[in-house]
Amino acid sequence: MNRRLLLLLPLVGFLVLGAFLYIGLSINPFERDSALMAREFPTFELATLKDPERIVDESLLGGEVTLVNIWAEWCPTCKQEMPQLLDLAERGVRLVGVDYKDAREKGREFLAEFGSPFEVNIFDPEGTLGFDLGVYGVPETFLVDRDGIIRYHHTGYIRPEDVRETILPEVEKWR
Amino acid sequence: MALISRLLLCAFLLWPVLGQAVVEVREFDNPVTEQRYRDLTASLRCPKCQNQAIGDSESPIAGDMRERVYVQLQDGSSDKEILDYMVNRFGDYVLYNPRLEGRTLLLWGLPAGLVLLGALVVVLMVRARRRSSARNLSAEERARLDALIKRERTQ
Repeated sequence: MNRRLLLLLPLVGFLVLGAFLYIGLSINPFERDSALMAREFPTFELATLKDPERIVDESLLGGEVTLVNIWAEWCPTCKQEMPQLLDLAERGVRLVGVDYKDAREKGREFLAEFGSPFEVNIFDPEGTLGFDLGVYGVPETFLVDRDGIIRYHHTGYIRPEDVRETILPEVEKWR
Repeated sequence: MALISRLLLCAFLLWPVLGQAVVEVREFDNPVTEQRYRDLTASLRCPKCQNQAIGDSESPIAGDMRERVYVQLQDGSSDKEILDYMVNRFGDYVLYNPRLEGRTLLLWGLPAGLVLLGALVVVLMVRARRRSSARNLSAEERARLDALIKRERTQ
């Protein structure tokens, strides 16, 4: 009897391996956590999109829960995402934009076309702030708490349902 | 017609050259740094493209990362400092060789553990078989075995 059970061992091994690989198949490799989670927002010193004379730094993000959205005029998904961001702004969420690897004129045109949900836009033409944030594609969105700590990270497109299902609850959680 | 085919041939032959132009040419003071640059860009994984090293990738973020690796090598950073710098921003994902630490013990230990387990199973099986084969001989078989051994010796 004992010996018979031993014969089942390879089958069990196979099933365990199969389960592992099956779970692996359903993991989206683009939905991995940001390395900056629970860490301070990186330091930076950049001009705003609107006013090249106005230099802002990370102190911009203290005091209030803020959603930092990295966007660019050349990014089609960012255009699709704009209505959701406008919706969030209307619901009283503070939004700060980072115009990533863009031309100033193009960035301004983009905002003129869609209406700006952002309180301020940080102009990041070289993508240096983006690099320090570990951004490898736009759009990406970070939630920063009142102490300037990154609390939530969303890679890619924010769907209309994400606003209610994930973003707003996260904002409430850290308020 | 001949002209077109010649142009096509030219384009075909130039293809690999033009394709490589995407990855920039770097200048190094010494071959050691150049080799370190090659090794680092081959061991860092592009965060955007799922299975390419930053040294092979045309993705813009891979270009940015190569640039940082180059600048930091010129500034005299160690390999570890450069890898830490990347991991701090993009996470462990960018390391093709995961580091040996508490979290990765299972990952590194599992293959060695499985080999040891396999070896143990083989040893046990061989022992069990040897013991049972010697013990289960009947008196008649034993006599035949003795005869065979004796014949071997006398020859």
